[in-house]
Order: sequence, then C-alpha cells, then structure tokens
Amino acid sequence: MITVGTVPERLARNRYAPDGQSHIQVDQDRARATGAAALLVRVCPAHVYSEAPDGTLAVQHAACLECGACLAVAPPGVLRWHYPRGGYGIAYRLG
Amino acid sequence: MPSTNEPVDFEVIVVGAGIAGCVAAHELARLGHEVLLVERAAEPGAKSLSGGVLYTRVMDHVWPDFASHAPVERHITRNSLMFLNEGSRVTIDYADDRLAEPVNAVSVLRAPLDAWLAERCTEAGVTVMSGVLVEELLFDGERVAGIRAGEDVLHTRVVIAADGINSFLCRSAGIRAAEPAANLALGIKSVVGLSRAVLEERFHLIGDEGVAYAVVGQPTHGLPGGGFLYTNRCSVSVGVVVRLDELAASTRSSVELHDRFLAHPAIHQLLAGGEPLEYGCHLIAEGGRTMQHDLTRPGLVVVGDAAGLTLNTGLTLRGMDLAAGSAIVAANVVHAHLVTCADDVLAGYPDALDRSFVGRDMRTFAKAPHFLDNDRIYGPYGRLLADVLHDAYDLDTSPRRHLVRSGLAAVRRSPMSLRQLARDAALAAKDL
Repeated sequence: MITVGTVPERLARNRYAPDGQSHIQVDQDRARATGAAALLVRVCPAHVYSEAPDGTLAVQHAACLECGACLAVAPPGVLRWHYPRGGYGIAYRLG
Repeated sequence: MPSTNEPVDFEVIVVGAGIAGCVAAHELARLGHEVLLVERAAEPGAKSLSGGVLYTRVMDHVWPDFASHAPVERHITRNSLMFLNEGSRVTIDYADDRLAEPVNAVSVLRAPLDAWLAERCTEAGVTVMSGVLVEELLFDGERVAGIRAGEDVLHTRVVIAADGINSFLCRSAGIRAAEPAANLALGIKSVVGLSRAVLEERFHLIGDEGVAYAVVGQPTHGLPGGGFLYTNRCSVSVGVVVRLDELAASTRSSVELHDRFLAHPAIHQLLAGGEPLEYGCHLIAEGGRTMQHDLTRPGLVVVGDAAGLTLNTGLTLRGMDLAAGSAIVAANVVHAHLVTCADDVLAGYPDALDRSFVGRDMRTFAKAPHFLDNDRIYGPYGRLLADVLHDAYDLDTSPRRHLVRSGLAAVRRSPMSLRQLARDAALAAKDL
C-alpha cells in the first residue's frame, strides 16, 4: 500500500461543496457504440466513471476534480461536461 | 465606435482569478480602470492547482520582492533530474547558491497563493466576485460586449479570458476549438505532509531552501511525461504528468501511473511517515507555440493557460510565469485600447505578446514538443545511463574497459542504435 491510500480515501480527505445537480451527462448509446467506458475509467484520476454490470457508464459526479481530461479524450457526443455551478464542486485547500 | 458611448457595468471584466487573471486585473486597476474579477470557486484559489514551481522574477515587476511577501513555500536552490528505472537510477543534481539570491523559483500551493493575489486585487480597487460561473460571452455584432452568468448580464468594454486550460468561454463562442489530446498532458498530484524538521533533514535543506525533482522513465511506464516532487514548507507535492493522447492509447490508467511512482522505493522513502493531505489533477498545455492562435477578438483578449501558455523544455516546466507575463502584456494593451478607443490596439496583443519574454521563450523552444515526442527519452536512455555506470562501478575482477568502449557496448546491448543516439543528440542541440 502506498502512503496516500486508495482513491476513495484520497478523495475523502479533499474538501468538496457537493452539487446536487450533476455537471456530467452521458449519451449511453454513443458510449456503448464507441466503447468509451473503458477509456474513461482508465483516464479519470478521481474514478468518477465506472462500468456498470449491464454495460452502461455510471458517473459519480461528486468525486470530480474538474480537470476536463474525460472530455478531451471522449469520442464526440459521448459526454456533455461543463464546470459545476459557481461555488460548487472541488474546493482545494492547498492546490 | 459604439462601445465607447454606451454605458457599461465595468470597463474591464476578467474571468478567472488564477495568476493570469489576478495579475491582469491588478495591473488594470493600478492604471486607473474599473475592473471586475469573476471567479467560479467559492473563494479564489479553491479551483487552482499546479505542480508547482513558480519562476518568480516576473512577479517582482508587479509586487516588488514578491517571494518575501506572498505565501510561497520554499526557494528552489536545488534541481534534480532523475532517470529512474525499475532497479536503478541516475541523477543529475544541481545545487547553486546563486539561485537563492535573488530568488529565482519558489514552490507554491495555489489555494493560499491565489487567495493572496485576489486580496491584492481587492486592495488595488478591483471588484472581486467569487462563486460565480461565467457561462458565456455576450456579443454586440462581432464585438465581445459582456458576460452572462446565470440570469446576470454584465456589460463591459473588454473581457479578459483567464479561465484556464479548458477555456469554455472561448470554446463556446467558437473562438478557440477544443485542443486535441496530443496538445494536452494530465497532471496527477498528491500533497503529503511532513514535519518541518523531518523534511529539512531528509532533503538536506536549511531555512527556506527547497528542492525540485524532475523524474523520467519509471513514473510513466515509458509514456511521454514524467514524475515530479517539490518540497513545500511542511509538505511535498509529488505526482506524474503524462501526455493525454498517449495515456488514452495505452493500457495504463492515470491512477496506476501516479501510484507506482509514489510506490517506487526511491520515492517511497522520501515520503515515509508522511500524512496525505490532498489529491488533485489538472490539464497542462503541451502543444507549445502551436496553441497561441486566436488570442484576441474585438473586445476580448486571452491570457495564461487559456492561451495555451505552458513551456516544457525537458528541464523546466513553466506555466505560471508565462501566465503572469501574458497578463502584464494584456493589461498594457487593454489600457492603451481604453485610452485611445482604437480597436486595432487590442488586435496588436498577439504581436505585443510575441515581443515579450513570453513570446520570445515560446519561440526559442518552439521545437521542444517535437524533441520530447520521442519514446527513447522515457526509458531506454535511463537504462543506458545506468548500464554505462554499472560497467564502470561493478568491479567483478574481469578486465576493465575504458568508459567510451563500455559505453559503446552498452549502446549495442540497448534497443537503440548509435545513429539514433547521434540523431537525438543533434535534435537536442537544435530543439532545446
């Protein structure tokens, strides 16, 4: 085990102002057609994305660190991604 | 010109209270303009993240003796370039008293730093509005005339887009398209707390001194990128940066790269007993000069990360000083525009940027992305260096050879040819 623990343990130490409204929307048909799930699961450092047993792409938007990497690698049309509403989301204390 | 007569809410609206936004807002307020600085985080700094080493000399132009007043962490007086392999490492360690006086580079944590910068803006007369996400630019014909945030509409003569690497402001207005993944890198970072005494003993630091490690090879599994470790006052910032397109095309995950770097014995022992404090990530511009396009429109200038201003020379990774530099240029251009009311003044921003140290350095290292797009840097060279040194130090009673001969033998054993080596050396001389 490395010093900093698992991803959920790391995120639990971060400070968030959780937004009830998700800032990430998935077009599941596009995701399935393009096989984007596996890619997004690998790229996201916060483990926002997971592949559900039925093959759909599950999103835990509250974990998001708002870097934008998912949007940059996702095939066109798979994600609708914008920043959370003002004041919500990750709130770095150190940064 | 219509915009000069119509009433506006603020002469200038700056979107994003990072380094670029704060410096631009501060300079324009100091020149006597009414400036609004809008930030989506609840407090300035709470969305900011960088590695981060800040080369401070440019900041002294805005806040004299910046490093003595701003909440910086340590003065970087030692730089270590480490070729890290699974079971070996070769380090070029450069320490120099001249890097201490005058202060050249400091480690920073952006949340406290950016909060301090925003306070300086308030002090200078800037109206700082936090917790507000600007959703789009408003146009009057071809001219950018304001911003919309939710129901709120604010009119201005100039918008300065300092909204970071994703710059949705420019993207949604069709001014700058989304960058291809090949022009981006993903940085993943942990901040690990250590007591001041342990940290200074472990890294051989006295007083404010700090060290910056750049690590090549093992951290990215051979993918273009590297690891970093910077000492803060009572913590270290440690993580990896990897080219986004290469990560996407690989079978690796971003978390896996971060974790195996931190778990490498050479790094693990530097973190031993530390308390994990924070985990974050950020995109980095890696496209170099190709990203400095569409930096102005009537009523708009683009600065900092939003303008793709990051420079990876292999030895230094710069972004924050270029952000500040572009903001100073932008502030002067916007000031001249507001005084003369001539549109071609704003249009001169890219040229003015080009003439500044920002543009000059981007030009000097225009081919650095090309040089760094070479897989041999991210594994084979580190192993080759270790092999040559192994031959020199591993005295197994077999007859020794001169260093050059054992070097040639090591090249023959490596997956590289002498021709490739010569070509890479020539490229390094030309591109870096």
